[in-house]
Amino acid sequence: MPQYVQFKLPDVGEGLTEADIVEWKVAVGDTVKVNQEIIEIETAKSLVELPCPYAGVVTELLVSSGQTVDVGTPIIVIDTDPGGAPEAAAGPAAEPAQKLVESENEMSGGVLVGYGTKHASATRRPRRVHDGAGPASSEAAPSASSSGASRPTPGPQQSNATQAPPSGGTTRTVLAKPPVRKLAKDLGLDLSRVPGTGPGGIITREDVETAAEQEKTAKLVNYPGDDRPWLDGGTVSDDGRQTRVPVRSVRRRTAEAMVASAFTAPHVTVFTTVDVTKTMKLVARLKEDRDFADVRVTPLLIAAKALILAIRRHPAVSASWDDETQEIVFKHYINLGIAAATPRGLVVPNIKDAHRMGLHELAEAIGELTATARAGRTVPQRMQDGTVTITNIGVFGIDTGTPILNPGESAILAFGAIKQRPWVHHGKIKARWVTQLALSFDHRFVDGELGSRVLADVATTMEDPTQGLVWG
Amino acid sequence: MQSSSVPSLVKEPGVIQPDLDGVTTPVGSFDDDLIQLLTPQGERVHHETYSARVEDLDLHALQGLYRDMALVRRFDNEATALQRQGELGLWPQCLGQEAAQIGSGRALATQDYVFTSYREHGVAWTRGLDLRKILHSFRGQDHGGWDSAAHNFHLYTLVIGSHALHATGYAMGIQRDGDVGTGDPGRDRAVVSYFGDGATSQGDVSEALVFASVTAAPVVFFCQNNQWAISEPTARQSRVPLVQRGGGFGIPSVRVDGNDVLACYAVTQEALERARSGGGPTFIEAVTYRMGAHTTSDDPTRYRSRAEEDYWRQRDPIARLRTLLVAEGTGEDFFEGIEAESETYAEDVRAYCRALSSPDPITMFDHVYAEDHPLVSAERAWFAEYEAGFTGEEAHR
Repeated sequence: MPQYVQFKLPDVGEGLTEADIVEWKVAVGDTVKVNQEIIEIETAKSLVELPCPYAGVVTELLVSSGQTVDVGTPIIVIDTDPGGAPEAAAGPAAEPAQKLVESENEMSGGVLVGYGTKHASATRRPRRVHDGAGPASSEAAPSASSSGASRPTPGPQQSNATQAPPSGGTTRTVLAKPPVRKLAKDLGLDLSRVPGTGPGGIITREDVETAAEQEKTAKLVNYPGDDRPWLDGGTVSDDGRQTRVPVRSVRRRTAEAMVASAFTAPHVTVFTTVDVTKTMKLVARLKEDRDFADVRVTPLLIAAKALILAIRRHPAVSASWDDETQEIVFKHYINLGIAAATPRGLVVPNIKDAHRMGLHELAEAIGELTATARAGRTVPQRMQDGTVTITNIGVFGIDTGTPILNPGESAILAFGAIKQRPWVHHGKIKARWVTQLALSFDHRFVDGELGSRVLADVATTMEDPTQGLVWG
Repeated sequence: MQSSSVPSLVKEPGVIQPDLDGVTTPVGSFDDDLIQLLTPQGERVHHETYSARVEDLDLHALQGLYRDMALVRRFDNEATALQRQGELGLWPQCLGQEAAQIGSGRALATQDYVFTSYREHGVAWTRGLDLRKILHSFRGQDHGGWDSAAHNFHLYTLVIGSHALHATGYAMGIQRDGDVGTGDPGRDRAVVSYFGDGATSQGDVSEALVFASVTAAPVVFFCQNNQWAISEPTARQSRVPLVQRGGGFGIPSVRVDGNDVLACYAVTQEALERARSGGGPTFIEAVTYRMGAHTTSDDPTRYRSRAEEDYWRQRDPIARLRTLLVAEGTGEDFFEGIEAESETYAEDVRAYCRALSSPDPITMFDHVYAEDHPLVSAERAWFAEYEAGFTGEEAHR
């Protein structure tokens, strides 16, 4: 006779409450062995493969890839006795439910081991009836009129911290010490959403800090369905003329960042057209250079170096506006962002402390950064604390544009397509390599003069890279 | 002796940038004094001092060492799987460190006493402990799981390095009992403290080395340098091989290939003899590698490379002994037998673990003190009364 057992999502890392389902390694109908890897999950701590606790045949997969699942949720049903007589006498519809062996008792019961301490903490063991003189008499104290008939039913006056809410309820009594509450308030964190890991479910300072940290990074990277292409899951309208796609993932983050930036920082964009023939010659020469054989040398590399040199000459442009404190924050470093088109959408990782890098190091950093971004493995830290960005729209054949600032940054340089153009060179019209540069900046603290000087300096270096020797 | 090759920490004024290239010092590349009797390729190496100590290990004894390591690894893998299935709260794997643990553990005498951290499942095995009992505390059943005195094997110490002090104190006690240097092989005793590379950064270990050195305590400090203190590489904790720590305290020190079961056996045997005879402590650095995660809560892919893991996989302690066994005439049926025994053992471990039920809460008062204590007795009585106040079917939740 078939014996169905469930496997519940375990806590694989000391106090985790949930995990993301990455990939099933088995399908319904597969025969599985004990300890066979059946599923890959990702927790807050690590990517983990779960070995199957039972031998048998997979009859049901209860969760699917991409889902976030609470610890303790059944994820798979396995028939541990598939060879038995398939159809017993009982009604077929009710069969699975009846035959389902509740694996709860086989599983762990303790707090350290097993599932969902948060559920366990929300239940109370029923007390024996006693005559008021027992050791636990204080338990019944809140309802003074308790006539000793039976265990008191929860009344409204009892909804204090010691009274547990109904099991499974979403409104959980928050247990936390005043300094911790203050911290949560200061951080703008709703304590009811913070899982408590202290004794009896008390929320500790660490819990709040962890939650704040998670919230911060979650906002930055973890929209649901982040790993899916952003066009995925669209629904086509009845007439077939429109598709609606839920906004999520990188697309949503891009949209939010752009709206925030465009409507808080008044943008000004300045343009210049520049003869980059010498830059092209430099690029060609560096490509032949043995020292640069291991990196990609592109005009973008020279543009990045030129921008760094320009900012070093005009450090006041490397700043940001702190609206909260009404301060301008000057950055003594350059974290150079490179806008990268990836299958998941636009991401802008940045090269930390780019101002310290030589040309070769910078080339390495750009190569590594774009490769990581295209592979979809850019980590949040790489996208934080940028100071300036280059967007290389030239690769799409576009001459120029008016880029929007990456939030928190002071300037963004659009690098246009490099084309051969007729150009006046030493008094004659010659075919020269020409491009357009556009620099948008935050006009709250970067004046037109400063912004223009920065762009002019970039243009000067690109026109004659030897200027880099003078300024470098 | 290596100081000239250590690069300067200060590259530009005011900025400290440790050179972390090659964070993992490969076996032998840093120190020509590494003791090795069995190469990663499974070939014997002659050593003028230590080869003599493994001469009497015949083929049968070597097969025994192989069985020890294979069964411990199988136990370790099964426990890891049980954690992934929600049966254990946590599991620290000893994967990759079997030779260091079995080799040193098999050099112990019955009357020697052992203090370990929480990863020494192989040492536990050599002390005759039923390894299944280790699962108790990792399942949250109790705080230990075994009777330390019955095996001269102390409960696991979770606090990093603190048991180096316990071991030294215990060894000083042995001195005061007069069980050192009597020349009676059944009476002279020694203590071994097992800890990792990370523990050498703890003050406790330095204090233990001070006391052990100046009192000439009969203690062996067996440091398994598995290269990683969770995510912190050894190179970020010491600018010199860890073995040099011992020398600084005036303690004879030796660096051994921790993936070579024969070398570990030989150097530990020598150190124990020195300790029992009244010659004082020894510091052993066994250079090995934690092939698994720090614990099941850890994800090593976040901080170390696949190439590094592959490098060490080729230095697997069990594989090299297997090569030697085959070369010296062991047939395939022996290995098949071990394989079958491992599987049976794993099933037994699994069944045992899942059958562990919650202990009676009242037992938490049992081992607080060795003898009756009035406060504990009063609390036990109060707790018994409190527990009796719940309705029966819901008790012990």
